Amino acid sequence: MSDVSFLLSGDSAVTVEFGNEISEHINAQIRAFSIALTESKLPGIVELVPTYRSLMVHYDPEVIPYGALVKNLRACSISLTTSGFRQAMCWRSPCSTAGRKWAPTLALSPSTITKRPDEVIRIHTSTEYLIYMLGFTPGFTYLGGMSEEIAAPRLAQPRVRIPAGSVGIAGSQTGVYPIDSPGGWQLIGRTPVRMYDPDRAVPILPKAGQYIKFYAIDQAEFDRIAALEASSGYTVHTYPRKEAEQA
Amino acid sequence: MSITILNPGMLTSVQDLGRIGYQQFGVSVSGVMDPRSASIANILVGNDEGEAVLECTMMGPHIRFDAPNIIAITGGDLGATLDGQRIDTYRAIPVNAGQTLRFTMLRTGCRAFVAFAGGLDIPVVMGSRSTNMKAKIGGYQGRKLQKDDVIGFRAPKTDLKNLGLRHTSPEFMPRAEYKLRIVLGPQDDAFTERGITTFLSSVYTLTPEFDRMGCRLDGELIEHVKSGDIISDGIAFGAVQVPSAGKPIIMLADRQTTGGYAKIANVISADFRILAQLKAGDKVRFEKGLHRRCTGGSACAARYAELPAQRHESLTQP
Repeated sequence: MSDVSFLLSGDSAVTVEFGNEISEHINAQIRAFSIALTESKLPGIVELVPTYRSLMVHYDPEVIPYGALVKNLRACSISLTTSGFRQAMCWRSPCSTAGRKWAPTLALSPSTITKRPDEVIRIHTSTEYLIYMLGFTPGFTYLGGMSEEIAAPRLAQPRVRIPAGSVGIAGSQTGVYPIDSPGGWQLIGRTPVRMYDPDRAVPILPKAGQYIKFYAIDQAEFDRIAALEASSGYTVHTYPRKEAEQA
Repeated sequence: MSITILNPGMLTSVQDLGRIGYQQFGVSVSGVMDPRSASIANILVGNDEGEAVLECTMMGPHIRFDAPNIIAITGGDLGATLDGQRIDTYRAIPVNAGQTLRFTMLRTGCRAFVAFAGGLDIPVVMGSRSTNMKAKIGGYQGRKLQKDDVIGFRAPKTDLKNLGLRHTSPEFMPRAEYKLRIVLGPQDDAFTERGITTFLSSVYTLTPEFDRMGCRLDGELIEHVKSGDIISDGIAFGAVQVPSAGKPIIMLADRQTTGGYAKIANVISADFRILAQLKAGDKVRFEKGLHRRCTGGSACAARYAELPAQRHESLTQP
């Protein structure tokens, strides 16, 4: 834990950074740190937001000044255990390009991605992605583990509106837009599954620590699932993921 | 015991101090754009500081009172009238049943906050009455107010202790150019020296793309070391992110919880009250609060050693 750094994020939040890459090891440390900090009940901490590589600690500087906060955070980071929260459930999430209509990134010629479109889909659907964190919008999953072969840069200027269900790539990240929102990810398809539905008993389906694996569907299957989602609801198939080897 | 919205104005929504604790699920904080002004409005009418208020934007609403209550209006001056008579802002005002509160024209700033004694009868969703319009939760049916919406009072008052003394001075002053004080970071190392200098020495203009989520600025391009992309991390209120295109975006109340653009700096909380009152065409300049440049491994130590001094300064400066 010697390389933990504390980055100022204004006068009421500090970003505790554990590394600058997407790795299961770093993410596991962050989750462990987050749990330890919650259990410490340190006064003045308002909210914790775990991400890939950092934990944003929102605090009330009137209760705990920055210096005292960082001293406590540092102490808390020294003795961490990353064991004990291995999850094994994997979702099978359908995804369609609708004849590339929903995959502008793949329709471009030459494509931002150098692989052929069907190759991109094959590679993208071959991996079980770890749900590292939720963020950006309710239920937006940041998934890790995507092949570098299909990595693509973010758009220099974000799109004003991306439709709900859009599946995107940004750098070596991939994820699903749960609601209509602006965004800068390259789009490669769309899922009919509603990741977020405020009227549902469980508004936000995905949980950090689970996995998602995409599978390609055609537009007819997309429409069938979308119709189910609009009426009684669609039950996403899940399966117990084969335990990964200890890192 | 209610009010009826006769005309919602441009964008009027129910907001309190925000939905705290759900950012880890990707749910935005929302809440008032200017916590200080909203808190003052609440204090003037005897509420807790965090009570829900109506946040009105540029062209304010017309509201009929179906029951008496005491209100206070703070923030920008949107030309508040009661049955056609101008009324003071930053003052507790008793309103009779049948009277109409009407905002007539924008005079200064951008947003006003209306507090109602005893609070509004709005359900608490995930710990807050704030409207999250994007997620369609909280506030009045998860949306901005519309014509004919009826909002009840929880515990309206016809009198308050020291009613005549419940006033203070308006705080927002129109200026040709606003100074926003910032703390560099968390990703100031993603920018070149020249980029940081550009950011701190240029005048930026608010574009028409400004809302509760953020405001885009126009001006000198800010140079990155490589690009404006980072591995997504958390975003605080007032974060100044700079995508690869080089123009800054200030993140506000309805900002997403996390994002993948480098954040060069964060506006200090004492200046949120200015941020909330900016509109298209307004000019801003960023001013660094730290006096010495932080380098290498001691950057963190140097930064937080200086932060209290800066906060102190932020509280004592006008």
